[in-house]
Amino acid sequence: MEPVNAIELKGVTKRFGEVTANDNVNLTVRKGEILSILGENGSGKTTLMNMLSGIYFPDEGEIRVNGETVTIRSPKDSFALGIGMIHQHFKLIQILTAAENIILGLPGSGRLNMKQVEREIAELTARYGFDLNPAQKIYDMSVSQKQTVEIVKVLYRGADILILDEPTAVLTPQETEKLFAVLRNMREAGKSIIIITHKLNEVLELSDRVAVLRKGKYIDTVPTKEATVESLTEMMVGEKVTLDIHRTKPEGVKKRIEMRGITCRNKEGLKVLKEASFDAYSGEILGVAGISGSGQKELLESVAGLQPIESGEILYYPPEGATEKISGMKAEDIKKLGITLSFVPEDRLGMGLVGSMDLTDNMMIRSYKEGGKFFADRKKPKKLAEEIVSQLEVVTPGVDTPVSRLSGGNVQKILVGREIAGNPTVLMVAYPVRGLDINSSYTIYNLLNEQKKKGVAVICVGEDLDVLLALCDKILVLNSGRVAGIVDARSTTKEELGLMMTGDGEEKKADE
Amino acid sequence: MSREVTVAKREPVVRMAKRDTISRGKAWGIRLIAVLLSLVTAAVVIVAITKQNPVEVYLGIVDGAVGTNRRAWVTIRETVVLLCIAIGLTPAFKMKFWNIGAEGQILMGGAATAALMIYAGDALPNWLLLIVIFIASAAAGMVWGLIPAIFKAKYNTNETLFTLMLNYVAMQVVTFCIVFWENPAGSNTVGIIGAAGQKGWFPPVLGITYGLNVILVAVLTVGIYIYMKYSKHGYEISVVGESQNTARYAGINVKRVIIRTMMLSGAICGFAGCLIVSGASHTISTSTAGGRGFTAIIVAWMSKFNPFAMILVSAFLVFMQQGSIQIASQFGLNENASDIITGILLFFLIGCEFFINYRLEFRKNRNA
Repeated sequence: MEPVNAIELKGVTKRFGEVTANDNVNLTVRKGEILSILGENGSGKTTLMNMLSGIYFPDEGEIRVNGETVTIRSPKDSFALGIGMIHQHFKLIQILTAAENIILGLPGSGRLNMKQVEREIAELTARYGFDLNPAQKIYDMSVSQKQTVEIVKVLYRGADILILDEPTAVLTPQETEKLFAVLRNMREAGKSIIIITHKLNEVLELSDRVAVLRKGKYIDTVPTKEATVESLTEMMVGEKVTLDIHRTKPEGVKKRIEMRGITCRNKEGLKVLKEASFDAYSGEILGVAGISGSGQKELLESVAGLQPIESGEILYYPPEGATEKISGMKAEDIKKLGITLSFVPEDRLGMGLVGSMDLTDNMMIRSYKEGGKFFADRKKPKKLAEEIVSQLEVVTPGVDTPVSRLSGGNVQKILVGREIAGNPTVLMVAYPVRGLDINSSYTIYNLLNEQKKKGVAVICVGEDLDVLLALCDKILVLNSGRVAGIVDARSTTKEELGLMMTGDGEEKKADE
Repeated sequence: MSREVTVAKREPVVRMAKRDTISRGKAWGIRLIAVLLSLVTAAVVIVAITKQNPVEVYLGIVDGAVGTNRRAWVTIRETVVLLCIAIGLTPAFKMKFWNIGAEGQILMGGAATAALMIYAGDALPNWLLLIVIFIASAAAGMVWGLIPAIFKAKYNTNETLFTLMLNYVAMQVVTFCIVFWENPAGSNTVGIIGAAGQKGWFPPVLGITYGLNVILVAVLTVGIYIYMKYSKHGYEISVVGESQNTARYAGINVKRVIIRTMMLSGAICGFAGCLIVSGASHTISTSTAGGRGFTAIIVAWMSKFNPFAMILVSAFLVFMQQGSIQIASQFGLNENASDIITGILLFFLIGCEFFINYRLEFRKNRNA
């Protein structure tokens, strides 16, 4: 008799109206293995996992868990079957401790024995090599620690099958290594792990087998040993693609933006940027690296005139004419000076675009003030929307579709396309490829490189250090609101950047 | 850490699936079925409670609303007032500024109108008086909309509470004015203003008593439709309503948009006060607004802020209201009987939106 599989999907199909998100998918997850699921945006990875975790219900097909056919109607059913999902966005209560979050919602006797709970958690963490203090409050934790809490939470509930949705997207290289070590320990203990990721080198490093989806269809599952970056990409995209970022030497370099000693506070009054200084030059890509929440957002927003500044100044050096001080100005004032700063914010649908509006109206966000006095011009924005759709191969039913209906990658293409169309002198992008598949990512990298060649000063906040190293000319590293250093991207290493991102410099003592 | 496996092995009997698109014909078909079902349900309720023939009750409602020429015109007059208020609320609601202060804005507009009719009635020719009344009533409503807007823009106060409380302030202002305008003395009411010369009354247009009311509101309706859909201001309002962050990013002055839009919203609601006082009742009391500031919220939401759909919705609500007066006297029923019928109709109409957005799927194989 062959061994029983942890999960077997047979002919699973899920449709949303006209769109078939999963088409006749067959997939097996063995006991005690790490399976990666690869696929481009909109290939149906998340839909598939959501059916396992009880969020969606399949239209056709059957799901077997440990050899038995099951019906998963709600997340509760999924839990009862021992399936635990760790989502990209953590669902934790900030003011409770790790242990309190872990037992939240579990049935138990009337009296709560916190000591015993903590002992049980300590047992779990010791077994798999987690680094976790059960009594620590969530708001005191780093992103990686919060993720640990989420994983321990599902283990504590007795999950044997763990699904992780892009777990490394927010981690530093060092934290990623730690996570992988823990996942390997869990595999040794016989747990099955499904990991959704876009990073091919992680797939190759960690998993036993790789399953590939393409446009909702299941392509194949291959043992990782037999796979290479090239072969996997080909399976995902359906054709051979070249994965080179063509970095050219900067030409005609001139200073465009000068930031001097900028300090600013967030809404809670905490200092999020501490005396940050840097220069950005035309014809260069300046990368910004750092653990998420180290001040990247504020760095870009203070240049864009969206962040109140406590002290310091920002100067703009135009190609011709006099230097302008743009700190203390609002976005509209900067625009009135005729300075075209393009900005692709991190929060695409919360800042860069309006989800409920169609493509045309979203193009107008930058240009609606042009033209006549009373009526808004929709002809030019419509033409621009059509151009972007055809040039960047945006998948959309038409330019009248609300942006929120499009997949993440297409939303990003529209935002980047609009910002580049403004012919900027400075282009700031925050996490331009977050959640994007390989093909779209390289489209965006090429667009950034084209802008650089045109003499635009590009500032790019990124999370994938490999990409920053290959794309940028210089890399600025942020460490809890301070500029830890600006290094040459051609000569530095991932490890050096990782250390700068997390290192406890002596200056840290002087905080607050 | 133990767990029980209590998972059912069967597919759920019914489940919902979101529809991507639905043809227009199918959507209207669903709505038609909803109306028919609601009439049947209401008939059952009528028979059960009143033992009356439901068909006769329905006919009574129709008779009450449009049975005679005069009744039909009253229905139209009340419809355009409700429509005007809903139109006024639209820009504010589109901006997600929850203006529930239309009552107060109407009262202030009505008070300004009454004041001009009383004090300037003899001083100005009627056409000039009416123009001054239009401007003054809109200005009074505008001030009542401006106050909460300034506080919202400057200090981010809660506009819902603020506009609600201003309703009571407006009521007190009217009560105070009645002290001076009492006629006859001691009645504590204002009575018909300018009954002798009809000074400040809307004149008949093309021989129709309420012609001017209809024309003015029609112009406003088309105007707001164009303003919201095609103008730069309308675009700014939508962006601010969806996300203030995006608005700032787009270089929109959020504070200015909030203040400007609430001035417009208040002005139109104030003008509705003039429609009521100058164009219909020719008197003023604390119940001049009569809850219409709140009913208009239902109109605006049910129409999904489409000014043309508002015509239908406000006509429907007023139709039922006018019909209820008739059946109350004809069958000796309480006026609330019509509210029950309206409630049943609304329940089905709003409920059917679920079937327009979702589709039910039934278990295919029973033995799975």
